[in-house]
Amino acid sequence: MGEMISTRVAYGQALEEFGSNENVYVFDADLKSCTMTKYFAEKYPERFYNVGIAEANMVDIGAGFAACGATALVHTFAIFASGRVYDQVRNNVAYPGLNVKVVGSHAGLTVGEDGATHQCVEDISLMRTIPGMTVIVPCDAHETREAARAILETAGPCYLRTGRGAVETVTDGFPGYRFEIGKGVTLTEGGDVTVIACGLMVQEALKAEKLLAAEGIHARVIDMHTIKPIDRELIIQAARETGAIVTAEEHNVIGGLGGAVAEVLAASYPVPMEFVGVKDTFGHSGAPLELLRQFGLTPEQIATCAKKAIGRKK
Amino acid sequence: MNAQTKKELQLWAAKIRKTALRTIQNAGSGHIGGSFSIAEILSVLYFDQMHVDPANPDADNRDRLVLSKGHCSPAMYATLALKGFFPVEHLSTFRKIDSDLSGHVEMHVPGVDMSAGSLGQGLSTALGMALYGKSKNMDYHVFCIMGDGEIQEGQIWEAAMAAGFFKADNLIGFVDNNKLQLDGSLEEVMSPYPIGDKFRAFGWNVLEVDGNDVEQVGDAITQALAGRHGKPAMIVADTIKGKGVSVFENQVRFHGGQPSAEEWETAYAELDSKIAELEGL
Repeated sequence: MGEMISTRVAYGQALEEFGSNENVYVFDADLKSCTMTKYFAEKYPERFYNVGIAEANMVDIGAGFAACGATALVHTFAIFASGRVYDQVRNNVAYPGLNVKVVGSHAGLTVGEDGATHQCVEDISLMRTIPGMTVIVPCDAHETREAARAILETAGPCYLRTGRGAVETVTDGFPGYRFEIGKGVTLTEGGDVTVIACGLMVQEALKAEKLLAAEGIHARVIDMHTIKPIDRELIIQAARETGAIVTAEEHNVIGGLGGAVAEVLAASYPVPMEFVGVKDTFGHSGAPLELLRQFGLTPEQIATCAKKAIGRKK
Repeated sequence: MNAQTKKELQLWAAKIRKTALRTIQNAGSGHIGGSFSIAEILSVLYFDQMHVDPANPDADNRDRLVLSKGHCSPAMYATLALKGFFPVEHLSTFRKIDSDLSGHVEMHVPGVDMSAGSLGQGLSTALGMALYGKSKNMDYHVFCIMGDGEIQEGQIWEAAMAAGFFKADNLIGFVDNNKLQLDGSLEEVMSPYPIGDKFRAFGWNVLEVDGNDVEQVGDAITQALAGRHGKPAMIVADTIKGKGVSVFENQVRFHGGQPSAEEWETAYAELDSKIAELEGL
């Protein structure tokens, strides 16, 4: 079993590790101990700004820095990073094409006990619909480190989603694993059905693959860390070769990874498809694992949907 | 300010108005009132105070302006064209399909330092530019023009708090206090008064001037730059919406509305006469 570490902690460590460039500036809105920008802040205090609880101001200050040539990374919870500052991100980051990275932590249901107001299940959808935005949802600490390095090396607007709780590291040492923005990673090579997952649902998809294998069903699992630009070729190849697709995400089934995959399939290679995700409802308080079970974000649900999709093949 | 400079800046203000008006007329739409109220501020900034070079619009150490009230693009684009950032003839494409001159200011246009349009955000972006300059020990200044109605937006006060807190003394703001907004007078819709006291409370130096008087605007900027002492400066500019054309002045319908045939005629006649008068001095 891999190491258990949250993607937000891995991100904070990566930011400290890769943040030496004098033109990298980091901003937080009174959450540096949660978003884990505190590591960068301790190492590079002269390039760290805590703006207080004022997310809109933070995003636009970042845009001002970027307009002068800086790489600006702005941090808050996903619910605020996508919802509260949508206008700032749309009009002052994405539209001018500025080099601002919006990092939303504590995404999804697994914020847990804090409840619905903080459980953002819409951010992928909101950020994905903005022209020019890159949207990345890493699944584990290793992938998060690679993603952090990649976004620092790539100019332009970007949204990166991290989570609160510890998750198992599964991509570290994976044979042939290489992180590239816009390129999904095939983790298992099955031919009966493909499970395309992002975030912590990648680990659940790998467990589902084992459940299905026990029943003689061979599932291909794709870690789709970049939701936009989506890896069309990999999706079409999976549809052609396996004939059925299941998406799995800790997000509303509307507009997120499932939506992005469905858009590709509908236009290019329609096959039966099932969606594992939050069924267009708000979350509520509870322990993270209890919530995942209650909302059907489980290996069992993925396996059930996989069989359903296979059954719909013509 | 000497008499020659004053006359020249008044003349540029008149030309900004006439050029902006022609731009709006060509487009068939655009914001006259708020463009005309800031003509003196733009004239003083671009033709006297700001260090900008039309031949090198992206120079790292240039002074910067964020026109937070981005709908007043006709005045901004007229100013940039007159300054030489792009040909004046190009203004005829304003608001037309395939033109880079959209309805609100956009930073891909040479000379525009920041896009704006969604109100309430420019003071934050200007603050970002100012803090970057301080971080890099660069000596440029950042100016930001806000509408008086615009400061009803809460984010302005987030930025006001942060600019005072971060001691952004290379940031100089203007509130274009023309006292009218789209739905009526500020007093009727939502009073932001007293404006100066609010900024003072957030740690700003505040100067209150006649914003349609080039001498007062110029002196205020000079004073703001000289007496910073770790504080940003806000120049609360008492202005007249639609200033410079009798039929436009203090008329809320010219926030975004278009003149009648007769009013166009009056406007050009008055502006031409003003320009002739100043050129004759």
